[in-house]
Amino acid sequence: MIITFYIFVTIAVLFALVILFTKNVLYAAFSLVVVFFCLAGIYVMSGAPFVGVTQILVYIGGIIVFIVFGVMLTTKLNDKNIISESHNRLLGYGLGMLLFIGFILIIHQIDFLSPSFDSATRQANDVAQIGVLLMTDYLIPFEISGVLLLLALIGATVIAGRKKKEQT
Amino acid sequence: MIPIEHFLILAGLLFIIGLVIVITKKNAIMVLIGIELMLNGANLNLVTFSASDPNIGGQMFALFVILIAAAEAAVALAIILNVYKHYRTSNVDEVNELKP
Repeated sequence: MIITFYIFVTIAVLFALVILFTKNVLYAAFSLVVVFFCLAGIYVMSGAPFVGVTQILVYIGGIIVFIVFGVMLTTKLNDKNIISESHNRLLGYGLGMLLFIGFILIIHQIDFLSPSFDSATRQANDVAQIGVLLMTDYLIPFEISGVLLLLALIGATVIAGRKKKEQT
Repeated sequence: MIPIEHFLILAGLLFIIGLVIVITKKNAIMVLIGIELMLNGANLNLVTFSASDPNIGGQMFALFVILIAAAEAAVALAIILNVYKHYRTSNVDEVNELKP
């Protein structure tokens, strides 16, 4: 159980670094799939199975498909556009290192009330509880987010499907 | 049992890697991938802390974050497609004129 967690963590961080250091956009998209799978596993192990399944459904089933479509529609597989150049390297890596050191320092200073993580405290009752909460406490955000998703998808279709006007 | 700090460090690492990708990459789709990684780091924090919360507010918030991420990815890719149609490139450095 604990070993599985650390395996997931290692794979997730490794493939996130692959995204950072690769130049090929398509490789980055496929590495993102692995990162999302590992994160779904970590969600399940931290007592949130519904979020894990949603992660697989929405991220891997939806967003990755969007991204791969975007890559395929904006590049040809053997031209130079699929290679993504980098800029501001020094600034980016320096800022990343500084932030990482800062996060480590802050996280080690916090004194948590329940310092270790016991996933046995939460059981499969979760999914039923999420369903009840969605239909009671979170009803208005739930409905609004449904409308928002519909609007976003219609908007995306309209923006992407717009024909170029004739030159006058 | 797993210390809660390790979850937080993983979330921080994902967030930082996403941020560095957003800063350093030139391709607009890579920038979008970086944003997705940052959102996932934030989500992991929410889920971690909701494990010690009896009415799982963090999990609900994570679900809404995932939903907003889906909407954002759809609109962002539509915009990238339009930019590509016009400039024949998805390099954010070369997209530098407002006039069509």
